[in-house]
Amino acid sequence: MTMPKPSRRAFVLGFGAAVTVSLIGIAGGAEPPGNSVYQLRLPLTDQDGQAFDLASGRGQPVLVSMFYTSCRMTCPMIISTIQQTVRALAPADRERMRVLMISFDPARDTVAALKRTAEERGCDTHWTLARTDEASTRKIAAVLGVQYRRLADGDFSHSSIISLLDADGRIAARSGVVGSVDPDLVQALRRQLMVHH
Amino acid sequence: MQGRTESRQRWPVVFLALYVGSGLAADYATLPGGRFESVLPQGRAPAVSVPVQIAPYALRTTPVTSGEFLAFVTAHPEWRRGQVPAVFADEGYLADWRSPLELGAADAADRPQTRVSWFAARAFCESEGARLPTWLEWEYAASADETRGDARADPQWRQRILAWYGRPTASLLPRVGGAANAYGVRDLHGLVWEWVDDFNALFIAEDSRTQGDSDTLRFCGAGAISILDRESYAVLMRVALLSSLSAADTTGNLGFRCARSVDANRP
Repeated sequence: MTMPKPSRRAFVLGFGAAVTVSLIGIAGGAEPPGNSVYQLRLPLTDQDGQAFDLASGRGQPVLVSMFYTSCRMTCPMIISTIQQTVRALAPADRERMRVLMISFDPARDTVAALKRTAEERGCDTHWTLARTDEASTRKIAAVLGVQYRRLADGDFSHSSIISLLDADGRIAARSGVVGSVDPDLVQALRRQLMVHH
Repeated sequence: MQGRTESRQRWPVVFLALYVGSGLAADYATLPGGRFESVLPQGRAPAVSVPVQIAPYALRTTPVTSGEFLAFVTAHPEWRRGQVPAVFADEGYLADWRSPLELGAADAADRPQTRVSWFAARAFCESEGARLPTWLEWEYAASADETRGDARADPQWRQRILAWYGRPTASLLPRVGGAANAYGVRDLHGLVWEWVDDFNALFIAEDSRTQGDSDTLRFCGAGAISILDRESYAVLMRVALLSSLSAADTTGNLGFRCARSVDANRP
């Protein structure tokens, strides 16, 4: 039996794959910059139980913040503040960015709890609510400059910071404004969407 | 022991742990843990003390030395100066070394390694199967003097540790291996500042007398820490320093030691 010659079609497919691979290489495969949050290899699980790595956000701007689902005060406000921030963008631009919320409370924030909060708070498909282990939670908070502590009764005290990551995971803007839209954050987000058009 | 006899004397139980990667042995002491009242409130109401339960743990008897850190970066090239991404360590990282694999001074090997970031300190501890201590574990160990598990109520002891903070930092840090406290742990006071795992949990309200609505907005749940025991200046200075740091920061007098959890059910 002889090996069939590679057909033209197979070659074209192969070339297409090679081009795709090299494009991925430019957009996300190469080592992220030294000051990128994506230097952190952080295993996360989303509200649908899917495992992913923090660095998979690479290639588009991401708004990232931290929360916990049993929080009744600031955390719902952070979520609605981000929703208002995204709504300030042109509809086409909203499609080209993502929102990532990471839980402080991996012990209680199960996948089901994340899912419930996503539904209750009207988080659309651009939102990822995620959890990781205790040590990784400390690490991601450390790179984002978020302070938090567990209180004796199991609740958390934490700072409310919304960070904008650029397409390579560098912190392009940080906002501590909760309860209203921070115009500086919106402007920074528009700038990122323009750069990566 | 000099005169004073305390029930704590069955401690310390010191054991040797194999220091992976260098052939050196790192000394860890086991601490019993138990009910502990931190200077930092642990409850919802910031002015009320809530004692916490600290599980038994093991703590390095001395801060990590430059010699030990050199062995670590030799075995882990990704943590050498010049290799570490900026997000994990600032430009001051190991800046006092002559080169990425050469200490700054010939006799630096048994002096505490400073100029390390939280990420680097953590990576070192992971490399010997350990972790950074939590703030409560550090504070608990640092509450002991040579004979008492908790010497904090003694004004003389307070004065003694406070005196160190008034001294200017020497260009070359002293060697590790000061007097052991009641748990067998050394150099918790008087040598260097130390990273803790939850350094970013120690935030303090700008003005701890106000616990109004603005705090509730900024900090979900209770307000930020307010200080319970205002006499503990020395320990509070540590809290103030740690709470001001970012995880990539390095400074000339900030070092670290490692801790391990101990299974209480084991003999």
